[in-house]
Amino acid sequence: MFANLDIDFIIFGIMPYAALTVLVVGSIARYERDPFTWKSSSSQLLRQKQLFWGSVLFHVGIITVFFGHLIGLFTPVWVLDALGVPHGLKQWMAVLIGGPAGLAALIGATILLHRRLTDSRIRATSSFADITILALIWLQLIVGLFTITQTLQHMDGAEMVRFMNWSQSILTWNVNAWSDMVDVHWLYRFHIFLGLIITALFPFTRLVHMISGFAAPFRYLLGRSGYQIVRSRRQRPLEERRDAFDARQAKPGTTVPTAGE
Amino acid sequence: MRVRAQIGKVLNLDKCIGCHTCSVTCKNVWTSRDGVEYAWFNNVETKPGTGYPTDWENQKRWNGGWTRSASGKLHPKQGSKWRIMANIFANPAMPEIDDYYEPFDFDYDHLKSAPDMDAFPTARPRSKITGERMEKIEKGPNWEEILGGEFSKRSADYNFENVQKEIYGEYENTFMMYLPRLCEHCLNPTCSASCPSGAIYKREEDGIVLIDQEKCRGWRMCISGCPYKKVYYNWDTGKSEKCTFCYPRIESGQPTVCSETCVGRIRYLGVILYDADKIEAAASSERETDLYGAQLDVFLDPNDPEVIASARRDGVPEDWIEAAKISPVWKMAMDWKVAFPLHPEYRTLPMVWYIPPLSPIQNAAQAGQIAMSDQMPDVRSLRIPVKYLANMLTAGDEEPIVHALERMSAMRLYMRALSVDGVRDEAIAARVGMAGRVIEDMYKIMAIADYEDRFAIPTAHREQNEQGGDIRGGCGFTDGNGCSTGDSGKTTLFGGKKKPFALPTETF
Repeated sequence: MFANLDIDFIIFGIMPYAALTVLVVGSIARYERDPFTWKSSSSQLLRQKQLFWGSVLFHVGIITVFFGHLIGLFTPVWVLDALGVPHGLKQWMAVLIGGPAGLAALIGATILLHRRLTDSRIRATSSFADITILALIWLQLIVGLFTITQTLQHMDGAEMVRFMNWSQSILTWNVNAWSDMVDVHWLYRFHIFLGLIITALFPFTRLVHMISGFAAPFRYLLGRSGYQIVRSRRQRPLEERRDAFDARQAKPGTTVPTAGE
Repeated sequence: MRVRAQIGKVLNLDKCIGCHTCSVTCKNVWTSRDGVEYAWFNNVETKPGTGYPTDWENQKRWNGGWTRSASGKLHPKQGSKWRIMANIFANPAMPEIDDYYEPFDFDYDHLKSAPDMDAFPTARPRSKITGERMEKIEKGPNWEEILGGEFSKRSADYNFENVQKEIYGEYENTFMMYLPRLCEHCLNPTCSASCPSGAIYKREEDGIVLIDQEKCRGWRMCISGCPYKKVYYNWDTGKSEKCTFCYPRIESGQPTVCSETCVGRIRYLGVILYDADKIEAAASSERETDLYGAQLDVFLDPNDPEVIASARRDGVPEDWIEAAKISPVWKMAMDWKVAFPLHPEYRTLPMVWYIPPLSPIQNAAQAGQIAMSDQMPDVRSLRIPVKYLANMLTAGDEEPIVHALERMSAMRLYMRALSVDGVRDEAIAARVGMAGRVIEDMYKIMAIADYEDRFAIPTAHREQNEQGGDIRGGCGFTDGNGCSTGDSGKTTLFGGKKKPFALPTETF
């Protein structure tokens, strides 16, 4: 196996595992050890200008693209076949949904990057990581949109199925899958490489707010019955405390009220 | 009945001298850090004026507080949960830092380091955000101090609603008052209701509303949710912060910093028992003018044996029940009815209340220009229009304000009769429905305001909810989580220690 140790093996064979490990372990460690740094790092307070269109276009676009990739790449091919979805049709769907969404995200990212680099307040309060990750995502969107030019040249879906097989082989520990990626167009290969880099950088940047963002609707809309939250530092919930109090009162000779616990 | 206790607060605006000692001491303790230079957990505004942040009372613009739907249910004015989630990428109702002011410092170093020059060196302002020179300071934390600025701008003040405000722009008719503001520690806070992360909570034991800095993700919905604009976004840490009611001090029985240092002795702290089961119905009252009365109904009489029994059963400590009986807040809000919630129409059921100020009357009254009724000046002809105060404190209902001003006015008459003529004139007291003995107590607490009369704060019972061994070697009070400074660059990945106890949480 190590006779084949070349750059393709490293990028498409090893790097996915390295990147995903860093993503998972790094995120857990940060959430556990330093939850105070887990945040969206909003800069809306400092400058509203450009933020509304930039942020909304970017987020709506990138979330569509994100789930498009997730569903598109990780749906097993046999599910497609069982549902009777022709591979060419799926590819058309990917282009027609992902294309406009990617474009929206790119327009948004361009506005946000321009704002981050040129607005004195935003520039002064940006960290190296803030600028780097935004620039990487911007580049990734451009590369991703350029891959459409290649995709349109082979609309039978065969190339797409190769990417699906490769992605799914990562999860099924098929270590030889990397060889599938050797002869695809360099735009795709660069797109995957950048994606893995961004994955590995995830826990060290503001990108961690994605997890909170995806969790928020569930916790806020479904997990919270009403609007208000009251925290108690007492060890037992109110009903138990009341029951214990009533039990104490019922016992003869212990009428002295005790302070709350 | 579900009895809870809260440390409530009353500010006697009749005695506020606008010295800003509260704001400055608060700032020195809590917000002298990067990212919150612009934030004043406590600030003092001159009214009439648009305040800080500018125009904060205009909820058409900021969407703070609650809205009652046709069906009688409440939802935050900025939208129900779905709407709030939909605005998460860019909050349309959030103020920009320029609505507060761009924080600045002066280039003092230049005064001593300037080279030999023809002109005297000056200390020019620099932005605390960018570090760049600021050619003109457009705004500050107290931009309208003592009626600074044109009346045309200041009169955008929301409290002028239904007041013929033009005449108050004339020099002869002008009036002013101070309004110190801090977090209201509401019974029905919109900030916590708007938080998608569930980071903002009210404490069961003392009612203090806090933001969990570890759970805040910087979605900034609380900032627009709070109608008082008292939640601030820290642009350095990316977390929201607010007045903590100096909880480490309150827990040890000390008054908050702003109250402790108040030169005019206008601030009172005391326990209020309330019925948590009544909050929702009270906040949902149909008419806005009913909200003040509805909130009074949420409060529980600490001398009622039934209330005491329920309080014990629900775990309110004995010394807290005793403190509630001598609470100056209870006396002013409930017994004497001289204190009022700030903008009850926001439906947040605020717990920092205000005694409206009397304004100059005597000289004009003696000159026969002001109507007198029964030797007492008619409080409706005071310099500060009653409607203005009512818009601020009772959703526009003038009756309770008139009632309070008459009692305060009667207190002066009664005490003058007592100290000048040596006569206890029960007739004066009876005219405002009080006994002379009560007026003397009112005078002792409101006018003399000794330290021990102003503050009746029982200590927290930490011995019942935490183990000393668990917190040994901890970091005490920090701005971040545990021992972290919040700066991810300087934190070791596996340093610090998680809190050893879990907190039971209740949602409703």
